[in-house]
Amino acid sequence: MTTATAQTAPVAPGTDALGAHVSTGKAPGTEGTALGRTLRYALLILFVILILIPLYVLFVTSFKRSGDVNASQAWTFPSAWSIAGWRAAWDSLSPALFRSVILATSVAVLSASLGSLNGFVFAKWRFPGATTIFTLFLFGMFIPYQAVMIPLQGMLLDVQGTPGFSWFDGIAKLIAVHVIFGIPICTLIFRNYYATALPNEILEAAKVDGAGMLRTFRSIVLPISAPGFVVTMIWQFTSAWNDFLFALFLTNRNTGPVTYALNELAGGQNPDYPSIMAGVLLASLPTLLVYILLGRYFIGGLMSGSVK
Amino acid sequence: MRTATKVRDWLPGFLLVLPSVIVVGIFVYWLIVQNVLTSLDRTVTRATKRVTNPGGVENYTNLLGDDGYQHALFNLLVLTVVFVAGTMVFGLLWAVLLEKGVNAEGVFRSVYLLPMAISFIAAGIVWRWLLSPGKGEQAVGLNQLLAMMGLERFQSSWWQSPNTLSMAAMAIPAIWQLSGYVMALFLAGFRGISDDQREAARIDGATERQIYRHVLFPQLSPIALSALIIIGHMSMKMFDLIYAIAGQNSYKASVPATLMWTQMFQQNNPTAAAANATILLVLVALVVVPYLIYTNKTEKETRG
Repeated sequence: MTTATAQTAPVAPGTDALGAHVSTGKAPGTEGTALGRTLRYALLILFVILILIPLYVLFVTSFKRSGDVNASQAWTFPSAWSIAGWRAAWDSLSPALFRSVILATSVAVLSASLGSLNGFVFAKWRFPGATTIFTLFLFGMFIPYQAVMIPLQGMLLDVQGTPGFSWFDGIAKLIAVHVIFGIPICTLIFRNYYATALPNEILEAAKVDGAGMLRTFRSIVLPISAPGFVVTMIWQFTSAWNDFLFALFLTNRNTGPVTYALNELAGGQNPDYPSIMAGVLLASLPTLLVYILLGRYFIGGLMSGSVK
Repeated sequence: MRTATKVRDWLPGFLLVLPSVIVVGIFVYWLIVQNVLTSLDRTVTRATKRVTNPGGVENYTNLLGDDGYQHALFNLLVLTVVFVAGTMVFGLLWAVLLEKGVNAEGVFRSVYLLPMAISFIAAGIVWRWLLSPGKGEQAVGLNQLLAMMGLERFQSSWWQSPNTLSMAAMAIPAIWQLSGYVMALFLAGFRGISDDQREAARIDGATERQIYRHVLFPQLSPIALSALIIIGHMSMKMFDLIYAIAGQNSYKASVPATLMWTQMFQQNNPTAAAANATILLVLVALVVVPYLIYTNKTEKETRG
């Protein structure tokens, strides 16, 4: 991919994934006629409002009291702010929230470590057939997981049934699955990063000095890998945190992550909207925080998801 | 001894990735084979000896001839067309609005991308309420908001309308979530084009509109293709959002990915579910494989 691949490498710290505006000597926003400018800002603000509508609903509903949520007041601020919904959501989601924290952090660390080793080999220590294997990896990134789900479920149950492996359940299963199905994307991110960030001359010099592959990796590659790690870890953290399909097929209400628990909370017969909406916010808070604090790297990961 | 030293050169690298290669081989390719084998099973109910799946290719012809499956395929088509068109229109529009640099560009960009940080399942729960079907006195969600703005005539039963194209409404939350992503792709594309080209066109007397049409947009076509493939294949795999909005057994909103869940857990028919999943894989592959080949080729060409 010519154009898109140029953007796939994680961005260096201090730069902007989407590129800062190239200065043309004018201040931003001063191009075009006054009318055109006003129209542009009006449109931009209109879209901001449209996008924030669902978040507004989440926010105001989560602070209402259960009795307050009749239809006529659905769009207004709460008549009295209450945190009862948040408390109820916390009570029903907290065990699953903790499981999701363990799941997403483990997946992030394991996937990034594996991705950095694989990416290094595919970028700089190639072997015969590497291109073919890499293409097969890439296809694995696009498959609908439905196409492996039925045998996967059976296989993982077989492992769990093996004597000594009864602990292999719930979150342990999901960690394994996310790390494995994350191999292609993590390899891709690091491969593209190392392809530009690692000059061949340094690797040649290391070789001349007699350094082997692992030594080269440890002393030359790892120290410059931080941007790749940040992007990969954010990507894998978010994917594992937000996943529902694997959770639905491989776990249950007692072992599942927060998406599973959230779906249960929302699926009752008499929905208690304040606690449901508070639950949605609670379950989205970690990824929203990652996005707000590390948005630049988050976008870097998105771009690498486009091969590609 | 030339070849021996060469082997010594690449062997460590190969050994390092070997575990990943084996694991991907098993969990992607071997499981796909297993799934295909499952889809070809012949199954008979234990009590009545009724044949549920005749086995072999007939499992596939049965599924393809099934009304429920055809309905799901049609829904998927409607969803995909609206979803792809919607994200492309909004993504490109936002990128054009932002690409020249506006004050607080970062704020606008962050807000447009914000929905991507939320899981489909969480977003689906809000949208289930927003897309409530009640109208008039019973209106809640978006319909109520429309009434408050005096736009009652735009009220709709959304994905629950008695209309064959009702699945188009399911694309609204999907467009809400992913337009920002398409914007980011296009914005990166715009930023990759040097200002000199614009300047040159301007000196030649081109209007802004002509510059977009003849200078900028043509250079964005590889990005448009990427966006098309990514959104298209996401649409085919879409499960969480529909499951969260329509509930686990909705016939009205069923697509192959949700029908597979129903076949598996409600009808206890993993054979049919496996056949469904295999067809889904083939559909995705038809879109993605040519793209991967094309990408590989252009990458080689640019590398020289």
